[in-house]
Amino acid sequence: MHKLTIAEIARKLRSKEFSSEEITRHLLQRISELDTRYNSFVTVTAEQAIAQAKQADTRLASGDTEPMCGVPFAHKDIFCTNSVLTTCGSKMLSNFVPPYDACVVTNFKNAGAVMLGKTNMDEFAMGSSNETSYYGPVKNPWDTNCVPGGSSGGSAAAVAALLAPGATATDTGGSIRQPAALCGITGIKPTYGRVSRWGMIAFASSLDQAGVMAKSAEDAAIMLNTMASFDEKDSTCVDQPLEDYTAGLGNPLAGVTVGIPKEYFGEGLNAGTQAAVEAAIKELEKAGAKIKSISLPHTHLAVPAYYVIAPAECSANLSRFDGVRYGYRCDEPKDLEDLYKRSRGEGFGDEVKRRILVGTYCLSAGYYDAYYGKAQVVRRLIKQDFVEAFKEVDVIAGPTSPSPAFQFGAKSDDPVAMYLEDIYTIATNLAGLPGMSLPCGLVDDKPVGLQLIGNYFAEGKLLNLAHQFQQATDFHSLAPASIA
Amino acid sequence: MEWETVIGLEVHVQLATQTKIFSGSSIAFGAEPNTQACAIDLAMPGTLPVANEQAFRYATMFGLAVDAEIGKRSVFERKNYFYPDLPKGYQTTQLEEPIVGPGNVDILLSSGEQKRVRIHHAHLEEDAGKSVHEGASLGFSQAMSGIDLNRAGTPLIEVVTEPDMRNAEEAVAFARKLHSIVTSLGICDGEMSQGSMRFDVNISVRLKGGELGTRTETKNLNSFRFMERCIEQEVERQIEVLEEGGTITQETRLYDGDTHTARAMRSKEEANDYRYFPCPDLLPVILDDDYIEQVRSTLPELPDARQKRFEETYSLSAYDAGTLSADAAVASYFEATAKASGDAKLAANWLMGELSAKLNAEEIAIGGSKVSAEHLAGLIARIKDQTISNKIAKQVFEAMWNGEGDADSIIDAKGLKQVSDSGALEKMVDEVMSNNPSQVDNYRKADEKKRPKMLGFFVGQIMKASNGQANPQQLNEILKNKLDAE
Repeated sequence: MHKLTIAEIARKLRSKEFSSEEITRHLLQRISELDTRYNSFVTVTAEQAIAQAKQADTRLASGDTEPMCGVPFAHKDIFCTNSVLTTCGSKMLSNFVPPYDACVVTNFKNAGAVMLGKTNMDEFAMGSSNETSYYGPVKNPWDTNCVPGGSSGGSAAAVAALLAPGATATDTGGSIRQPAALCGITGIKPTYGRVSRWGMIAFASSLDQAGVMAKSAEDAAIMLNTMASFDEKDSTCVDQPLEDYTAGLGNPLAGVTVGIPKEYFGEGLNAGTQAAVEAAIKELEKAGAKIKSISLPHTHLAVPAYYVIAPAECSANLSRFDGVRYGYRCDEPKDLEDLYKRSRGEGFGDEVKRRILVGTYCLSAGYYDAYYGKAQVVRRLIKQDFVEAFKEVDVIAGPTSPSPAFQFGAKSDDPVAMYLEDIYTIATNLAGLPGMSLPCGLVDDKPVGLQLIGNYFAEGKLLNLAHQFQQATDFHSLAPASIA
Repeated sequence: MEWETVIGLEVHVQLATQTKIFSGSSIAFGAEPNTQACAIDLAMPGTLPVANEQAFRYATMFGLAVDAEIGKRSVFERKNYFYPDLPKGYQTTQLEEPIVGPGNVDILLSSGEQKRVRIHHAHLEEDAGKSVHEGASLGFSQAMSGIDLNRAGTPLIEVVTEPDMRNAEEAVAFARKLHSIVTSLGICDGEMSQGSMRFDVNISVRLKGGELGTRTETKNLNSFRFMERCIEQEVERQIEVLEEGGTITQETRLYDGDTHTARAMRSKEEANDYRYFPCPDLLPVILDDDYIEQVRSTLPELPDARQKRFEETYSLSAYDAGTLSADAAVASYFEATAKASGDAKLAANWLMGELSAKLNAEEIAIGGSKVSAEHLAGLIARIKDQTISNKIAKQVFEAMWNGEGDADSIIDAKGLKQVSDSGALEKMVDEVMSNNPSQVDNYRKADEKKRPKMLGFFVGQIMKASNGQANPQQLNEILKNKLDAE
């Protein structure tokens, strides 16, 4: 049962091969048996999941047609869940139980989906290896000595280890696509503004975007249909008509032009990764796509610009965690300043503190223009690169990350090496474009991801390409040998 | 040495919107602590702001009223600092691209001179909550403070002037004019005691014609009287320091309304670096010409236009018209009284005289007046038709204030009607003359010049006898006739 895709589960629930309660109990059992290996969940909501499954079974019996109805899945622990602990991977929120649901959580509840639990993540989504979580690192199911990527490492590992057929995730600078690549699954970050950020704990507001992780492009399309909505509570949400992302999956690729940015194949790219990605591009060509070499000349500025803008925004976004109203508070504060200093000093981990400091510095009097101001200029240039490129091509393709999963500790002492993990993904966030990653091969028995980047609101096109690729290949159905 | 004072104001005006600037919570004053604070106001994780259209409308109305340019693109920024009454750890405000650009306000000084004060800009922002340091009364042990977030997120416009004022009188005149403008627009309730308008005063002194001196900023003045006293004190302090050869420290001062003293709160060195940057949760707000024109078409009559109309329609002096037109509620009370009584001059005199004295003495606003415009007009009508004298009218007014009914019923009940019956008056005159033969004799011996003064004695006697109800004009006539007749 745990090997099934969401599309298959939806069918079998309706053909009564099993009930939602049965598959939910099965997956909860798997989680309790296996997740000690992966540490992909922070909280498992077994009781609530079974109650939701029973409700879904009633809905299914009365002919409910919502594809996610009765389908178990997991939420990244960055989404606020009413009455359920929401930690954001931090000690700061180790006691935080929100009295409200994120818009994304409401959408899945309304669809009748069954939440198995909340997945582990880098603290406040800051990290590319899941090593910054207060709840311990997540292990990559392909090799438990390796990182799953981050920040949505828990969601990626849960799907890769077949503990959940799909999971929600967020992507501020590659946090869906990089772990999807490292764990051999399919992940999509939609256009900025497509999914409401209400109730999603902010890291960098102008970059944060929720998306999904699943075993296939088809499943990602089904989940995204449920997830996407216009929400008046998020002023940055775009009031764009909703589309059925499954509708165009079968479109042929003839007439689709795929751009290959030469900057994504330079120094730093692992040879095996490069070979797998190039082979995948050939596969797209075989399926009818036209391949065209393009240039995104400001690519090299994406990481530095990102590491000014994201920390700047986070330095303000995380000010609310002050020990006054909720969350962690230090013991016996002797005055207000002591309360602030120790609550924040003890409640935040090193990477979060590093980014708050960097962001505070970048916004300081005398440095603002040189850092934040410049970074905004770069951001516009990067966006312009894409605008120009999409005049010539429909989709851009390249590697998701420079190399497959690395060992724990390999980069944790070198922030810059860690930041370069996201060298191919970050520009997409700066431009607000949709991007996805799908498995396209193995290097040393570890998965490699192919990244697809689309024009604004072209999620359907990305999913179409990915689905066609997955019809012709079986990389997405590979599972780690250790997982039965 | 001749010193010159330079004053600029920053005025926080609370907008009388239905809900907060970024959330759906009510902003009504006086609720139990923290009962008007939702998840957004508490800065719970994952919550997001949504800008309140009414706040933009009100700010636009203000901008149009002070003849300012309206920022077609207005951007919210985050002003970062930590304080327990600031839940997000930043205040959402505007800096580089405010909604209201440069404008101006004309003020009338007691010398009769009109002066123009330039508005540098006005921006929209959210108010903070309140720290309540009365631990014991809240049931806390003494050392604790409470936080009330009801006010957090209340929409404000901060109006920043150019340093165009030269003394306390000008600053207060500006403040009153601003109060008049925002209450006339209906965008602020003007309740100073509830903090609906708060003034920060920037003060420096310089040698006349010299370069600008170092300024201090005194924050949070919430009455015109405090502002006046604070400016006078601070100017005196600065001059004293300078004359003793000292220098002024750029600092922020806090005025204590109980002790009427100000103290330094923090110096420039201790000032926060607020690290402003555009708020990524709120997109720039674009106001197009249609919107601005639509708002313009809804503007009510403004104080300046009303003053002019009062001068012309009711033949009032500039001073009277200015006083009566400044406050929208006073203006409408005046107009109702003037129309119903048919005598604008008397209506103006009563409003600025007896009524205003009563209101001030009991510290109530005109809206709470115990004498309605209709009742005051009724009283004025009786003065006009000589049913009662001015003196008796004051007695009737007092009775109306005490809730004894309208003028006519009080005049009837108390028998205050003026005696205009010439037969009755003649009888009284004869009686007084026969009782005071020597005074009559003196009068008749006196020359023409001294007589009017001497007449006063007889008038006084008759008024006393008639309980003040004798018609004074008629009485004068009869008296004169009889005394002069010999």
